[in-house]
Amino acid sequence: MSVLLIIYIWILVISAFLCLFRIGMGPTPPDRTVGIDILGTLVVGFCAFMSLATGQDFYMNIGISWALLAFVGTLALAKFLERRSFDE
Amino acid sequence: MSETIGYILITVGVAFDLLGCIGLVRLPDVYNRLQAATKCVTLGTCMILIGTAVIAFGQGLNAMAIKALICMGFVLITSPTAAHALSRGAHKAGVPLWEGSVVDKYREFEEE
Repeated sequence: MSVLLIIYIWILVISAFLCLFRIGMGPTPPDRTVGIDILGTLVVGFCAFMSLATGQDFYMNIGISWALLAFVGTLALAKFLERRSFDE
Repeated sequence: MSETIGYILITVGVAFDLLGCIGLVRLPDVYNRLQAATKCVTLGTCMILIGTAVIAFGQGLNAMAIKALICMGFVLITSPTAAHALSRGAHKAGVPLWEGSVVDKYREFEEE
């Protein structure tokens, strides 16, 4: 693993802690949901870096499934915020 | 050569990610935070995945490169859709706008 990849991973860790700050301190529930959505997109970047660092390609499978599951979770929370039922 | 191009793309992508998350903390409103964070982080993650694909094609890891391009397509489709649904849900839940906001087109559309 090169030094450059370690620096990039630490920058993404700082970004993830900024998202966690917004999830913890957000005044309204949509603020926390925005933080969860952005954190799910950052994890895909982590998977790409792990795939580059180890040379294994199954980390990209984790990234693909994580992107789709974060999308489904955010849509469910957005429908919940509209005060509607889930099966509409 | 391809490794240099890939690392340049990854550097720009990581910078976009960091600036988007600073905007997520800094801005005053749900809608401003959503606009800053979603666009910057989507573009940044897509550039990280393009850089990964370029480096992997240069090293002969074709499976990793094609999976990175498929993942980029999924992020590029799903992230703006989720942000749109989230802003619509927040507006319908009655989250107020920042007091410096000058226009609310969605409320005008619903009052018609």
